Amino acid sequence: MNSQMVLYEEEYNLVVGICDALHRDASAKAVFLVDKNGQLLAASGETGDLDTTSLASLTAGNIAATGGLAQLLGEKEFAIQFHEGERDNVHISLVGQRVILVIIFDQRSSLGLVRLRVKKASVELAGVFETINAKAQEHGSTVFSEITDDDIDNLFGDM
Amino acid sequence: MSFINYSSREINCKIVYYGPGLCGKTTNLQYIYAKTNPEAKGKMISLETETERTLFFDFLPLSLGEIRGFKTRFHLYTVPGQVFYDASRKLILKGVDGVVFVADSQVERMDANVESLENLRDNLREQGYDLDKLPYVVQYNKRDLPTAVDADYLRQALNPTRVPDYEAVATTGIGVFDTLKAVAKQVLIELKRGR
Repeated sequence: MNSQMVLYEEEYNLVVGICDALHRDASAKAVFLVDKNGQLLAASGETGDLDTTSLASLTAGNIAATGGLAQLLGEKEFAIQFHEGERDNVHISLVGQRVILVIIFDQRSSLGLVRLRVKKASVELAGVFETINAKAQEHGSTVFSEITDDDIDNLFGDM
Repeated sequence: MSFINYSSREINCKIVYYGPGLCGKTTNLQYIYAKTNPEAKGKMISLETETERTLFFDFLPLSLGEIRGFKTRFHLYTVPGQVFYDASRKLILKGVDGVVFVADSQVERMDANVESLENLRDNLREQGYDLDKLPYVVQYNKRDLPTAVDADYLRQALNPTRVPDYEAVATTGIGVFDTLKAVAKQVLIELKRGR
């Protein structure tokens, strides 16, 4: 079973920094980092008009389905997906088996440039996520051990 | 697998509604979607066939409010209930934090209920989970239908470990929020324990 994903401020800032740099260097519209289980971890660029929660969930579903397909064909995985639209294109890749990097780009960029920049960013991200995993196993989620039953009950007050 | 973001102070958890085809998993989510304040919910996504059967999953993001300064978000998913979509069901169980088993109370669906429950256990085991150790509730849906069997009988057949269970009519909302509340509560209690 996967362990819980905990993102602390320090690593979060590193991750966002890498996404910002990738957004700029790849001339992309937007960059997203999504957990394999469908949680949005970080976003950069023109994200205002996008439903990022849905995007994260559907991307994870897409990667999961493609992974299932790969297994059926005896492949370990299909690490990269590319969807070409009339205006916007989507480049999806797996980073370190754990997170999904999504780049949305238009005619201001090209697939070649995106692939090149993604390669570099993936190495950096993989490094940060190794730290994140190590930290999660070390610390656990200590803040939540202080949650009381009343805290939980209060949450459901209006339901 | 919950996700805690200390930077944006958010907790995200994943709850999966499981059960045989046409038992009312999607209806549960639709009712929750319809009755939740706009600011507390995201868009509901349904990946369905032309005949409105779930093809891959339904997805509904829900915010429940704050706990100790952390926003709590639950991502509700359903699986496709039809037997031949098993590969998709396995994928959706990945990273699950809590499970709702929706049973169809009609006598003619008893075999389908039992088969789906066994399938749930098997698929969870394949992912390294044990249903008996996960936050888990059972819902007996369609209590209003004429061929609905006795709730005690359903309990004996489908809930041998006596987890919290609820009678429901998902179309009118009876039992829907009780079920959600019960599983969400268990998920948070698990989080508190630190798993």
